[in-house]
Amino acid sequence: MNLRRIRLVLWALVAVALAGVLALQWAGRRREPSQAAFRPDFALQDAAGRTYGMEDFRGRLALVFFGFTNCPDVCPTTMSEVALVMNDLGSEADKVQPLFISMDPQRDRGQGLSEYLAAFHPAILGLAGDGAATQAAAESFRIHFEREESPAAPDGYTMSHSPGLFLIGPDGEWLRQFPHETPAAEILADIQERI
Amino acid sequence: MKRFAIVLGLAVMLPLAAAAECASVSAGDLTVTGAWSRATIGTARPAVFYVEIRNDGETGDRLTGIDTPVAAMPMLHRTVVKDGVASMPHAEAIDIPAGETVSLAPGGYHGMLMELTAPLAEGETFPVVLRFERAGSVEIDAPVLSIRAQGAECDAAG
Ligand SMILES: [Cu+2]
Repeated sequence: MNLRRIRLVLWALVAVALAGVLALQWAGRRREPSQAAFRPDFALQDAAGRTYGMEDFRGRLALVFFGFTNCPDVCPTTMSEVALVMNDLGSEADKVQPLFISMDPQRDRGQGLSEYLAAFHPAILGLAGDGAATQAAAESFRIHFEREESPAAPDGYTMSHSPGLFLIGPDGEWLRQFPHETPAAEILADIQERI
Repeated sequence: MKRFAIVLGLAVMLPLAAAAECASVSAGDLTVTGAWSRATIGTARPAVFYVEIRNDGETGDRLTGIDTPVAAMPMLHRTVVKDGVASMPHAEAIDIPAGETVSLAPGGYHGMLMELTAPLAEGETFPVVLRFERAGSVEIDAPVLSIRAQGAECDAAG
């Protein structure tokens, strides 16, 4: 009787564990489509002071990078890749809008963001808002950035940031992230498959 | 026959002429080569310095700093991507283990050239002194490549 009760309790535990695993899997499956369906947005200005949001790029893919121009390693590497992708898209380049969202808007605006980006590719649109709008944009894209005081950086501070490239669909839906150092050819192939 | 030999010789030389061999400087067991940098717009933003260091010796060495007349505040940095966040802390020193080649290259270590004294124009070169713990100071000329450059545009010295 005692043994039987123990066996029953054990079986009950197994059943609970199984139910737990199934529930987790079901929740995991549910989370993915909802994550893929999110629509990040922002309200940020170009060099001329015109305000842009994601709706301005409807019908096109947007390739979005959050960066800062006092960044001589990660940012030029990524912008070079974006430039390669845009060149290799050839006649289909007008179906993709590359965006550089400044996480260091005040300094970047002062030093000439559009001039800097034009040196990589004329199609790259640089956007720099105020601090609150920048924070809101990052939160909307679910990315992290932070100002770090550092004596080893120009002007005594630098930015830590998510270095990936984000691909946004023609309806403004988040499609995917390309991690830092994804080869341009891989990004190009993915984009060409979608257009 | 002699003309054939000359033509053959030229044909062999052609691929070599296409990409010149990287300048290379040796000091003790260390060989420094493949230096390059990216063009800048003006002097407000920091420039970058990349290079390759080979240690053919039996003893490790360390790169402890760099100097260059083009920047008042040159420093060794390392790009670190941790939990999806990139930062570039100061690297106190870079180990050059015995028998190994260490690269300062995009995505890893770099010379961070802050407070530029002049813009870096594509096609120019500028000198950089690398300070090693054991091998002492080694000076190499860094060619300034396009702002879009992704790597040295020369063949690594053999
Ligand atoms: Cu740096």
